[in-house]
Amino acid sequence: MSSFLVTHDLKTYFPIYRGAIFRKEIGTVKAVDGINLQLCKGEILGLVGESGCGKSTLARTIMQLVPNTEGTVLLEGRDLSSLSKNSVRAERVNFQMIFQDPYASLNPRMTVFDTLGEAIQIRRKLPKRMLLEKVALLMNTVGLPANQMRRYPHEFSGGQRQRIAIARALAPEPKLIIADEPVSALDVSIRSQILNLIANLRHRMELTMIFISHDISVVKYISDRIAVMYLGRLVEIGPAADVVERPLHPYTRALVSAVPAPDPERERKRQRILLQGDPPSPMNPPAGCPFHPRCQFAIDACKVSRPELEEKEPGRLAACIRVGEI
Amino acid sequence: MALLEIEDLRTYFYTRAGIVRAVDGVSLSLSHGETMGIVGESGSGKSVTCYSILGLIPRPPGKIVSGVARFDGIDLLSCSDRQLRAIRGKRISMIFQDPMTSLNPYMRISDQLVEPLLVHEGMSRSGALIRAVESLEELGIQDASTRINLYPHQFSGGMRQRIMIAMALISRPEILIADEPTSALDVTVQAQILELIKQRQRELGTAVIFITHDLGVVASFCEYVAVMYAGRIVESASTNELFARPMHPYSASLQQSIPALHQKGQPLYTIPGMPPDLTLDIEGCPFAPRCGHAMAICREQRVALKEITSGHGTACIRFQRGELANTPLASTAAAL
Repeated sequence: MSSFLVTHDLKTYFPIYRGAIFRKEIGTVKAVDGINLQLCKGEILGLVGESGCGKSTLARTIMQLVPNTEGTVLLEGRDLSSLSKNSVRAERVNFQMIFQDPYASLNPRMTVFDTLGEAIQIRRKLPKRMLLEKVALLMNTVGLPANQMRRYPHEFSGGQRQRIAIARALAPEPKLIIADEPVSALDVSIRSQILNLIANLRHRMELTMIFISHDISVVKYISDRIAVMYLGRLVEIGPAADVVERPLHPYTRALVSAVPAPDPERERKRQRILLQGDPPSPMNPPAGCPFHPRCQFAIDACKVSRPELEEKEPGRLAACIRVGEI
Repeated sequence: MALLEIEDLRTYFYTRAGIVRAVDGVSLSLSHGETMGIVGESGSGKSVTCYSILGLIPRPPGKIVSGVARFDGIDLLSCSDRQLRAIRGKRISMIFQDPMTSLNPYMRISDQLVEPLLVHEGMSRSGALIRAVESLEELGIQDASTRINLYPHQFSGGMRQRIMIAMALISRPEILIADEPTSALDVTVQAQILELIKQRQRELGTAVIFITHDLGVVASFCEYVAVMYAGRIVESASTNELFARPMHPYSASLQQSIPALHQKGQPLYTIPGMPPDLTLDIEGCPFAPRCGHAMAICREQRVALKEITSGHGTACIRFQRGELANTPLASTAAAL
């Protein structure tokens, strides 16, 4: 298993300033705080966590849209964080993003042909006729009729727009696609269409993808492995079905248990783990395990030192000292 | 006796593109203390139904074309604004999806919380403040007496939604309408908020209408469900019945499209096509063009919701005629 994308101890801190004239740094938000990840070619990694836990910042740091404070991002062995600005720009053609809101992520004044054509030409300039062919091919790939390429985004429904956004991400033949909540804004019946499309494309085109979502059932369906983030750190990572069905970390347990299942029988029987309060502020995270103030299994040792992400079972890592006991 | 009874509600919007039949013949009844879920996709008319009975439809372009909504002997659709104002926010109150846009950013929480008490109950400010602090404490907000003086932006999303709930329940309404109250929240916070609403509902005996697109939330929270499609109720049943024996192909397909039920690697079930254009007058069943069981008769005439077994109604004519009773409704997965 060769690692395609590796992040090593990746940290992204944002300084907080106060005062307009005598600007003073009063603290830092540790949005991404020491992430070690490995991604293989053709793998889909699901990234879950509550809002503000740093999922999107991690994705942006990997793409070098936000510079990292420490650590390295290696794509096929090359360190992106040490490249110059221009080289990063050139490198970025290898990354594409799919965003949550297809109403906001497409330029309303560009036709589908303009949008896709531009994305194709990032990689290489093509004569008009070949470009037309390529756009038509792309539209077919994502299940849109090619004769609609002269239309504007407002002429399409939400689901179709998300198909255009996916086509745009595929256009420059990227090495890595980051999908940031790509189906969260869609209705149930449309959502399953888009998920099927992504699942189908990844087999046909061997896509490598980081799939960010807060919806665990969606992530379980689409990804090979799931990484769970809490306050800028990974607390658990492992094969998708295992993480959802037998979570190791108490936070993952709570997260899975909070998702209401569409089954009234099961809902009535099950004991829900209710977390107390909101996630703590990433500006001054609690000492020790960042989850201990909300954790029902916390003991004194949890308040002392921060547990490292360790292999607890073959292929499964968790950052909790009590995994075996609880 | 029903607390609220809606009959044949039709709310149309007169736009340049034509008449949008957002709600097209909805009948519902809600009893004391009951929790009724309204599920449907965007544009199915679930919110417009609730806005209509509270007189919150912008007129023009909206217009309530027909219907009655009886609440305690008053028809909410034809009563005077004055009568409606005395009910809205006091006896029927509402929580909206996005707590940031429904709280006034320029007003302290305290001022917003006491407003219904000053307006509806004529309480003194100091008395109202005491009650406001209590109501925040009941929703698990610590340090309520000091935090009540803060502004909305100083709270997190989950906290703001608690404040919204406190505000909606402060006048002890008989009906609470919750329009996707947890859709903007994280699942962990959603679980907290649902638990709180349930708990306060038990204490106050409030009936709840819960609008959502999430079948999981319905399964865990509601006793009864109405499934809406294209401005109509296509099926209504107790939650258990709906999930165990769906009697409309649309409800069945919705359940099938949720990834939680699927084995990995298998394609998800998808409903072919798209929801209909509501500016067109749909003759037959609005779901017929997307339905695998549709026949000629489905496209010909409009079918009213009819009770098949006790408390379980469907607007599918093939079900009403007993033709689909034992067929698996959505078993074949559609291709990409």
